[in-house]
Amino acid sequence: MKKTLRLIAAILLGGSIIFWAAAGANRGWTKTRVPIKIVDAVTGLEGIQWQDKFVPGVDFLGVALLGAGVLAGISIFVPRKSEPPTIETEP
Amino acid sequence: MKKQLAILALISVTGIIFAAPQTFDFKDPKGINNAGFKLDAPLEAINGSASGVSGTVTFDPGNPGATQGKIIVATGSLMLPNPMQRQHMLGDKWLDATKFPEISFESKTFKNVQTAGDTTTADVTGTFTLKGVSKEITVPVKLTCLKDKLGDRVPNQKGDLLVIRASFTIKRGDFNIMPGQFEDKVSDAIEITLSIAGASPK
Repeated sequence: MKKTLRLIAAILLGGSIIFWAAAGANRGWTKTRVPIKIVDAVTGLEGIQWQDKFVPGVDFLGVALLGAGVLAGISIFVPRKSEPPTIETEP
Repeated sequence: MKKQLAILALISVTGIIFAAPQTFDFKDPKGINNAGFKLDAPLEAINGSASGVSGTVTFDPGNPGATQGKIIVATGSLMLPNPMQRQHMLGDKWLDATKFPEISFESKTFKNVQTAGDTTTADVTGTFTLKGVSKEITVPVKLTCLKDKLGDRVPNQKGDLLVIRASFTIKRGDFNIMPGQFEDKVSDAIEITLSIAGASPK
């Protein structure tokens, strides 16, 4: 149980960092929409259309770090798995 | 002689017709018209845009200095990449979009008017209204009149287009938007970029 909790914490932290980095390592807040520039051929004006897209930010990393910390913290208080009792046999 | 006079009269009339002021409507069916805004604070940069542009401008190609008009941006159309930030921005502490649903600029005078071809540049002084506070500001603008180009943009319509580009900076503190507060995260200076096209159907 102790090991499982620590493994989940490590996977959560590592996975979150990889996901954050792969999504562009956004150092701002998490975005759920991004601006897409579109150019009007007649006027030459640049318009902006908003597209739904999840871009994790530093708050996402913070939550992941907190979650991993909580799991690791809980694992400290989980008792070690006790050794099975040995039965001594008489010769 | 009579024929020459008739031709002269025709040319004069044509000139008057072409020089007549035209009213351009800035409600864009293509959704391109937008006002961008940028706040560059030491801790955070905020970039957004607004698409709810409307209003009319009366433009006379023969006398661009006499241009008059009002451009309105719907406060509720302001967008940011983060939904919680947007919610705060439109809330009663910041823009109070429910109470003040419009941001507007109404022109009063055009100065330093320079025209080259179909493009006019000028410094426009007018009233900028934000969160119920009106202030007189001067904005450098570029107007481009595109004759008979409406049909290229909107099928089955004939007419002209007027493209307006403007960039200027305001201070949120001047418009009673949390003056002097959170300036490390939300800059006092707001850079605004207007890119809009209006239509004048014939």
